[in-house]
Amino acid sequence: MSARYSFGGDEHLFVECSDEMSLEAFFKSLSMAKGVGESNIRGVTEICPANASFQIKFDPDVIKPDDVLAEVRAIEGAAEKAEPVIKTRIVEIPVYYNDPWTHETLMRFRERHQDPSGTDLDYAARINDYGSVDDFIAAHSGSPWFVSMVGFVAGLPFMHQMVERQRQIEVPKYLRPRTDTPKLTVGHGGCFGCIYSVRGAGGYQMFGITPMPIFDPTQTTSYLRDFMVFFRPGDIVKFKPIDRDAYDQAVEDVDKGRFTPPSREVSFDLREFRRDIDGYNARLEGMINGH
Amino acid sequence: MAIKVLHHGLATSVQDLGRPGYFHLGIPLGGAMDRLAMRAANLLVGNSENAAGLEAVFMGPKLLFTEDAIVAVTGADMPAKVDGVVHPGWTSFSVKAGQELTFDFLKSGARLYIAVSGGIDVPLALGSRSTYAIGALGGHKGRPLAAGDELPVGAAGAVRPGRSIAPEFRRGPGSPAELRVLSGLYWDRLTDEAKVNFFADEWKVAPEADRMGYRFRGGRKMSFVDRKQPFGAGSDPSNIVDSCYPYGSIQIPGGTEPIILHRDAVSGGGYFMVGTVISADMDLIGQLQPHMSARFVKVTMDEALAARAQRRALIERMRASGLSGMGRNRR
Repeated sequence: MSARYSFGGDEHLFVECSDEMSLEAFFKSLSMAKGVGESNIRGVTEICPANASFQIKFDPDVIKPDDVLAEVRAIEGAAEKAEPVIKTRIVEIPVYYNDPWTHETLMRFRERHQDPSGTDLDYAARINDYGSVDDFIAAHSGSPWFVSMVGFVAGLPFMHQMVERQRQIEVPKYLRPRTDTPKLTVGHGGCFGCIYSVRGAGGYQMFGITPMPIFDPTQTTSYLRDFMVFFRPGDIVKFKPIDRDAYDQAVEDVDKGRFTPPSREVSFDLREFRRDIDGYNARLEGMINGH
Repeated sequence: MAIKVLHHGLATSVQDLGRPGYFHLGIPLGGAMDRLAMRAANLLVGNSENAAGLEAVFMGPKLLFTEDAIVAVTGADMPAKVDGVVHPGWTSFSVKAGQELTFDFLKSGARLYIAVSGGIDVPLALGSRSTYAIGALGGHKGRPLAAGDELPVGAAGAVRPGRSIAPEFRRGPGSPAELRVLSGLYWDRLTDEAKVNFFADEWKVAPEADRMGYRFRGGRKMSFVDRKQPFGAGSDPSNIVDSCYPYGSIQIPGGTEPIILHRDAVSGGGYFMVGTVISADMDLIGQLQPHMSARFVKVTMDEALAARAQRRALIERMRASGLSGMGRNRR
């Protein structure tokens, strides 16, 4: 899996580790992006990791494009020899699945959907061969997700579930994008999950909502005082299904500055993960609560 | 001292030269779409080039000054009037307390830059005063201006009216506008025929043109090299596994209408890109009106770098020209 390099005009270098999504491609792109950051190449001003690729912004008045390319190519060689281990954190995110707000929204835009007769959850469960919506939610919340990219708009995480490809949830986007999506909707499009950081247009299927703000430009949310964006590429996310009462309680806790998402520093080893995916994920989850 | 907004125009926002460093979290550079015009306006009123001013599109705002100020208007050609008296663009003039700054109709270009001595002194957000409306971040309350807003202005240095920037520095797009493009990224998804057509066809700016991006139409539909779509990419041949988008990158959803991402770019997504407008030509896009003609001109990296060097030299000459002795005070 050799990376493909291309310049995006005179200020960007684009590095595609693979044209298809896989945990390996994500892992390589994140490792290389981290490697570029650590090597402090002069003139490099931004490093943006994506799902299976990443992008570097540089100042061509400081460094020649070909010199950036040479330095990053050298990092690819080193990244391939390095241990496939990253230090990151695992975070538990509460989700109220099948909530009234995304339900109201999906009914409002039903004519733009592949299957106007049901809900987004009904549709996603059926086309992914789950017997019921509950089974689907169990799969969605049962295994953790890698935040493979933060972006599109401010603070929006794209997520890739940490399971074998045949167990990946896949759904098409809406036939025509909605003009509205509730803030903090948990959505899914293609093989990617996401959480809408702000209210706005969107095309992903809508499964639920989290009570937990993930972008706060006012920086008044207690856990966003240091920085307004919650997620970082490489974060591991575990969804925890909650009911209406727990949702309302969490919203109140956020308002009163009492809410802190459970989170632990972890070291992720791709080789150990591959040897026993479910066992490895279970151990990761156990660490959230300090086991 | 403050400026009262009596009318906001069409879409007027506080902008400076942007907020670098957060694109990896989806927060774009932002800032003036025509950076040279913003720099020029600031130079004329004795501000640092990165001071915050106002960017107005297609239509000027109506502003009431509550204290004396030196003002300069650059960018689009839209006559500025102080209590009804016209002042030429790219030249500093004085506005007295109680006077109103208004604008006539747009003659050419699209975006107007209004600099005020001392700069618009809204709070810094992540190091910049630029308005990023999608994220409700920066500027005045994170949004474009509305009637009734009051804008704080910083302390001005010693600066006199009547300074002017020579016409050679007032660069607008020609007709058709020629936007130089370095092809690449997912360029090879196109057939040879589509590659030729992309550069041969004349395009027109679509009405969907804003700070996030400019859409173009009127050229022939692109055809794609056949492939089995990679896992995670989506079923349309124009889909890719969601990747980062460079500023200036040109995506063509469905192969029909190219979109050039600009200062408030979305940072990534699932549409293939054919290449990127070179840095030297990004300002020109901000001065394009809907329905104007444009062509994409293929260049090499060496040509892109030469154009960038030329542009840097132009800005250096602008700084040096007739602006000496002015107070270049603060940020």
